[in-house]
Amino acid sequence: MAGADRKPISTDSEWSFELIEEYNEVIAGIAADFRLETYPNQIEVISSEQMMDAYSSSGMPLFYHHWSYGKQFLGIQNNYQRGQMGLAYEIVINSNPCIAYLMEENTMTMQALVIAHACYGHNSFFKGNYLFQTWTDADSIIDYLLFARNFIADCEQRHGLQAVELLLDSCHALMNYGVDRYKRPHPISTAEEKLRQKERERLLQEQVNDLWRTIPGKPGENAELQAAPFPKEPQENLLYFLEKNAPLLEPWQREVVRIVRKVAQYFYPQRQTQVMNEGWATFWHYTILNEMYDRGLVTDGFMMEFLQSHTSVIYQPDFDSPYYSGINPYTLGFTMMQDIRRICEAPTEEDKRWFPEFAGSDWLDTLHFAMRNFKDESFIQQYLSPKVIRDLKLFCALDDDEQSTIEIMAIHDDSGYRDVREQLAGQYNLGDREPNIQIVNIDIRGDRSMHLQHRQHNRKPLDQSTEEVLKHLHRLWGFDVKLDSVWQGKTTKSYSCP
Amino acid sequence: MAYLIDRRLNGKNKSAVNRQRFLRRYRKHIKEAVADAVSSRSITDIDSGETITIPKGDIEEPVFGHGPGGKRSIVHPGNKEFVAGDQVERPKRGKGGGAGGKASNQGEGMDDFVFQITQDEFLDFMFDELELPNLVKRQLAGTDSFKYRRAGFSTVGTPNQINIVRSLKAANGRRIALGASKRRRLKELETQLAAEQAETSPNEFKLLQLDEEISELKSRLKKIPFLDDFDIRYNMNVKEPQPTSKAVMFCIMDVSGSMTQDVKDIAKRFFILLYLFLQRNYDHIDVVFIRHHTSAKEVDEEEFFYSRETGGTVVSSALKLMKSIMQARYPASQWNIYGAQASDGDNWKDDSSSCFDLLSNDIMPELQHYSYVEITPNKHQALWYEYEQVRNQFEESFALQQITSNADIYPVFRELFRRRPA
Repeated sequence: MAGADRKPISTDSEWSFELIEEYNEVIAGIAADFRLETYPNQIEVISSEQMMDAYSSSGMPLFYHHWSYGKQFLGIQNNYQRGQMGLAYEIVINSNPCIAYLMEENTMTMQALVIAHACYGHNSFFKGNYLFQTWTDADSIIDYLLFARNFIADCEQRHGLQAVELLLDSCHALMNYGVDRYKRPHPISTAEEKLRQKERERLLQEQVNDLWRTIPGKPGENAELQAAPFPKEPQENLLYFLEKNAPLLEPWQREVVRIVRKVAQYFYPQRQTQVMNEGWATFWHYTILNEMYDRGLVTDGFMMEFLQSHTSVIYQPDFDSPYYSGINPYTLGFTMMQDIRRICEAPTEEDKRWFPEFAGSDWLDTLHFAMRNFKDESFIQQYLSPKVIRDLKLFCALDDDEQSTIEIMAIHDDSGYRDVREQLAGQYNLGDREPNIQIVNIDIRGDRSMHLQHRQHNRKPLDQSTEEVLKHLHRLWGFDVKLDSVWQGKTTKSYSCP
Repeated sequence: MAYLIDRRLNGKNKSAVNRQRFLRRYRKHIKEAVADAVSSRSITDIDSGETITIPKGDIEEPVFGHGPGGKRSIVHPGNKEFVAGDQVERPKRGKGGGAGGKASNQGEGMDDFVFQITQDEFLDFMFDELELPNLVKRQLAGTDSFKYRRAGFSTVGTPNQINIVRSLKAANGRRIALGASKRRRLKELETQLAAEQAETSPNEFKLLQLDEEISELKSRLKKIPFLDDFDIRYNMNVKEPQPTSKAVMFCIMDVSGSMTQDVKDIAKRFFILLYLFLQRNYDHIDVVFIRHHTSAKEVDEEEFFYSRETGGTVVSSALKLMKSIMQARYPASQWNIYGAQASDGDNWKDDSSSCFDLLSNDIMPELQHYSYVEITPNKHQALWYEYEQVRNQFEESFALQQITSNADIYPVFRELFRRRPA
């Protein structure tokens, strides 16, 4: 074996703090060789109970209290205690410094794997990817969560648990509709946030009052107002709209809506980069640990254990397997990352035809470029190669409820590659995955009712929880709420509350 | 650059607040489940945790989502024999995977939400809002048992409390103090004497004088008593009032022919509840089982619940036995006494009035609480009416209720021990 002159760092499966530090140093060195730029790492060793705690509050080290996190906790605890699931080996938080949790039950191999995966894989993704750079602010997230938790605890004191809980329930129901897709939020610290919150409270209430002013203005002005529809354009960020315009919300309620909206915004990039993020981290733990093996820093036993858990992470059951539950993002991401490297290092004729722009180029440059500038949808659109489609034997099935059978649209052959790629990319488009619901009109001169529209995508209807969500929307808005589900300009179903 | 932090010693119950919030929100469900468990569980495992099941519909957090239907194209891995253009039967949903993939991922799994509550939580829910009758009152009214506690030393006491070490130390100190000036003088004289004797021509008279003085001092030193009355130290104990934390529970049950096993089972559950309830409030609980038909007998638990007897019913026999056991073993000054009686309401015709006498004159004044449950769907008989009179006399501490089926036990129990506004 090459470089066998150097001794392995450890031969035992037991870990110690000294060993973790030593491994971390070596891994950091290799990561730097591969030009992985990271936030500083904060590695925290925790017990499995603590892991469950972290799990049930979206992994965040501090979070406001809500019963739904208790529900998650009980669910996880129940499954874990019955042995129905294992705990994740790691949780990593997009913050600066980047916090990664190691479980004390893990062996030294697993700790090294987690360090490579989380502290250098995910961490560099958080720092490099454009979505994270645009939409999240790693420096201030912990501060913001602290502010949020204190603010909500304060509200609970002042307005009662019940009132805050109901409000949070409603906000959570609309959480996925609380993200801006096109504007960048500004990073600020806790102190600033507090100051601004006071200012916002005052200003917002003034604006709202103005919108709902009932004293008639000058005749000309009034006519103009009546003619102008409100909002001028359909609004897709429901929570933002409610925060700014709901007539009956108290200032503190507006702030809570804002908090939920901010948290949703923070998690938005993660929801859009699952395949890339996991693929990137998996690719790097695989590459880094192999590099360590090549340098003679780890033993054969270490590698066997690592490979065993690596293969189970990227296991992809076939569509007809009882274990199948969709495409494993780890598998897809890892396979594509590996494939990009292959295309760069050893391109075939096919690759040159499909990827003339980077076939045969420097693989590290290409990978870094891909990591920085794409999200799942565009990444798949850009980089999914015929070879990966063949390897995973991907096929596309069309399920149309107007047909009695399912049609196989495309498979892994020459005529099918582009279709499969197109469809798979579409599958990761959040815009298609979630119903497209927007506020189209508010009856400001009449009964203040809110009118929403659902534009159907491929005739897909809304599910049965719609009525419930509308109740929540109604609670926040305070007046009638109507929702029309529209397909090709025709309303197929209407919902309303009350 | 990396910071390595050991967080294992940090608190691990970060989710405790959220868990409590959850339990609070679903209180109604949990209480129902607990009430069901109490009436349906076998008695031996009533004192353990419980699995709570909440219908998924009640617990879901709604969000906008796509329902089944419409046109969707989904990419799956692992193709085996399909080629483009194939028409495939729609797989039945729920059969893991298949081309219906997405719909079944969301639509299926409508199982109920299941989780565990601990034994403590179970009992808390079970005894929620219940309060031990008169417990507080007795604590406020002053207690009647005391405990001695060491509280330093005293100069008065009885010989059995003498502290020898302290006494001898005191004596030693006194002896040193009293003899100090004499010993100093003695030392002086002795040096003078030695000096005089060392002279070549000692002054005989002076020597004699010194000798005399020395022996005088010595004898006076000897007269200092080794131990004096006021050297004696006694261990001091103070008497502290002690709230009684012992309770005795009398279970009285009719086992005459009219009591079927079902009725006895209901009674048993009632007793168990009472027992568990007392267990949470007292350190130590004795249980006395008295069963009776025409005559009463103290028995063990097994016999109490499972042996069968036949014959008539004389309730007063049991009350008499209870009274004598109380007198012999459980003085009311040391024990909190609780009585619980279960019967089907039958009694020997003329006996009910003597039950009234026994209860109101001898037993009730000593008791914390007495509860009577009549397990019968039938009309009340003489015993019930006599007991009603007892209740009128002891409204605070006497309760009677009727139970007709297993499911009644818990509500009745709660009613009997309801938290009463102070």
